[in-house]
Amino acid sequence: MTGAATETTPIGLPAGGATAPRPHPLRRLLRSPAAAIGLAVIVAFLGIAIFAPWISPYDPIATDFAAVRKAPSAAHWLGTDEIGRDVLSRVIFGSRASLLAGVVSVLISLAVGVPLGLLAGYAGGITDMLISRMTDALLACPFLILAIALAAFLGPSLENAMIAIGISATPAFIRLARGTTLSVKAEEYILAARAIGNPPWRVALRHVLPNIVPPLLVQATLAIAAAVIAEASLSFLGLGQQPPEPSWGSMLNTAKNYLDNAPWMALWPGLSIFVLVLSFNLVGDGLRDALDPHHA
Amino acid sequence: MLTFLVRRVATIFPTLVFVSMLIFGLQQLLPGDPAMILAGEERDPSVIAHLRETLHLDKPLPVRYLYWVRGVVHGDLGESLRTQQPVLQLILEKLPVTVELGAFAIAIAIAIGIPAGVVSAVKRGTAWDYGANIVALWGLSTPNFWLGIMLILLFSVTLGWLPASGYVSPFEDWRANVASMIMPAFVLGNAIAAVLMRHTRSAMLQVLSSDYVRTARAKGVPESRVIMKHALRNGLIPIITLGALELGTLLSGAVLTEQVFTIPGFGKLIVDAVFNRDYAVVQGVVMFTATAYIVLNLIADVAYAVVNPRIRYQ
Repeated sequence: MTGAATETTPIGLPAGGATAPRPHPLRRLLRSPAAAIGLAVIVAFLGIAIFAPWISPYDPIATDFAAVRKAPSAAHWLGTDEIGRDVLSRVIFGSRASLLAGVVSVLISLAVGVPLGLLAGYAGGITDMLISRMTDALLACPFLILAIALAAFLGPSLENAMIAIGISATPAFIRLARGTTLSVKAEEYILAARAIGNPPWRVALRHVLPNIVPPLLVQATLAIAAAVIAEASLSFLGLGQQPPEPSWGSMLNTAKNYLDNAPWMALWPGLSIFVLVLSFNLVGDGLRDALDPHHA
Repeated sequence: MLTFLVRRVATIFPTLVFVSMLIFGLQQLLPGDPAMILAGEERDPSVIAHLRETLHLDKPLPVRYLYWVRGVVHGDLGESLRTQQPVLQLILEKLPVTVELGAFAIAIAIAIGIPAGVVSAVKRGTAWDYGANIVALWGLSTPNFWLGIMLILLFSVTLGWLPASGYVSPFEDWRANVASMIMPAFVLGNAIAAVLMRHTRSAMLQVLSSDYVRTARAKGVPESRVIMKHALRNGLIPIITLGALELGTLLSGAVLTEQVFTIPGFGKLIVDAVFNRDYAVVQGVVMFTATAYIVLNLIADVAYAVVNPRIRYQ
């Protein structure tokens, strides 16, 4: 095991033991300007979502028929919608649905996908075959079409949209966890852990699982970006957050009917989705580089 | 080659069985009595009785699944509750519109993604590379329904150059057809172009550092010829597989694009079915899509094996 300090696993992770001094992954992440900006924007959106009731200028569902489709002004910075609701307040509160859906659906995917992937990769044989075929079946259904079908059968609501997105995104995590488990399982320290008599569950949970976390973290970050778009898509189709509660997707669905006389209604929710998704993609790309030991 | 083909075809059957179980299982997610829910708001007793009989609701679940699968194998995906038409017929009626949209979108994605990927790899580390990467990130991060709305705002509402929505068959008026397809196809092709660009860049970087490219350069072959003939030709081989994998992105994107531009295709069929609670159509569309995805991936794998003999012997 003398080479363990410099050896890397096939997934590009340190093979364990003493490693050459490298900066902490978070520091390496923040060294990338794009990733640092992305992280700052995500933190800002989190702040907006958490403190929405305090920073929002109006009640996001309060209608004002004296201010229907008003252009941006000092009173309504981003204008008002078709029933006089303040667009800025709805964009602020809409960040809650997007972030919640992004995070919760990916947590669902992780909670289902990682144990199944770990089990398939570690147990092998018929268990692996069954889980892999099930994963292939889920992957054969296009992500959004499966999410739409699930949301349709479960019923339209934000909670069901999160479940639908979570289930639809699960196969990617199963496949990644299985692949990385297969790589890690062949490492000498795993063989050593088994040789000293650790039961399989302990080897899998204590020795394999911690070593497959980095690639899962990258995938989870990128999956949040996809889940934010998926939630907006489902809400746009009427299968996510239900009116009058604000969500960026449902705001765009209404806005498309008023493009000729209230274009601001479509601009800000879409721009918010774009900026948030871009930020998660930047952080995901940055994390991949920061966690890759081959990357300088 | 025949062994490879047989082995590859054999692998799709268990996947199809799991797909059918998954899609059949969707119906079990409906809360309460499926016949009551599927019958719609009217809850006509004759419709409920008909549904109970056709869905074999009095039989145990595995038996119902076998009845359903037997129908699917014979091309019977059920019947639309709204129109009483066979689901497969509905799908086949709408499919040509989506295929046309998809073909336009892929053409746009190839026209943007591959040159951008090549330039990005060849000019690695320059402003061109950064520019292409920014365009790719933009493509990956933009929700296509929002891009569609913004394009309608610019080209239809503000400039009045293109129709905001609707579809005209190419057999009726090909000019109107192209005009109605430009924006939706660009919206749909945008995200695929970004993925193509990233893959082309990565494949080109790998090929450009290979020995045969170095040899070609050492022999004095002009750089343009090295890139176009030696590097690009080999670098593009993996893109065949990517094309099939992106079918999922294409179909998912088509659902939203067709909704934004009111195009009567396959995507709009599933959305309308969801709102009409026409669950047989929803199930049929998912089953059809998954089968098409599996078959196209099989074709891509075979095509890949034809151009790359190493695959056949693995």
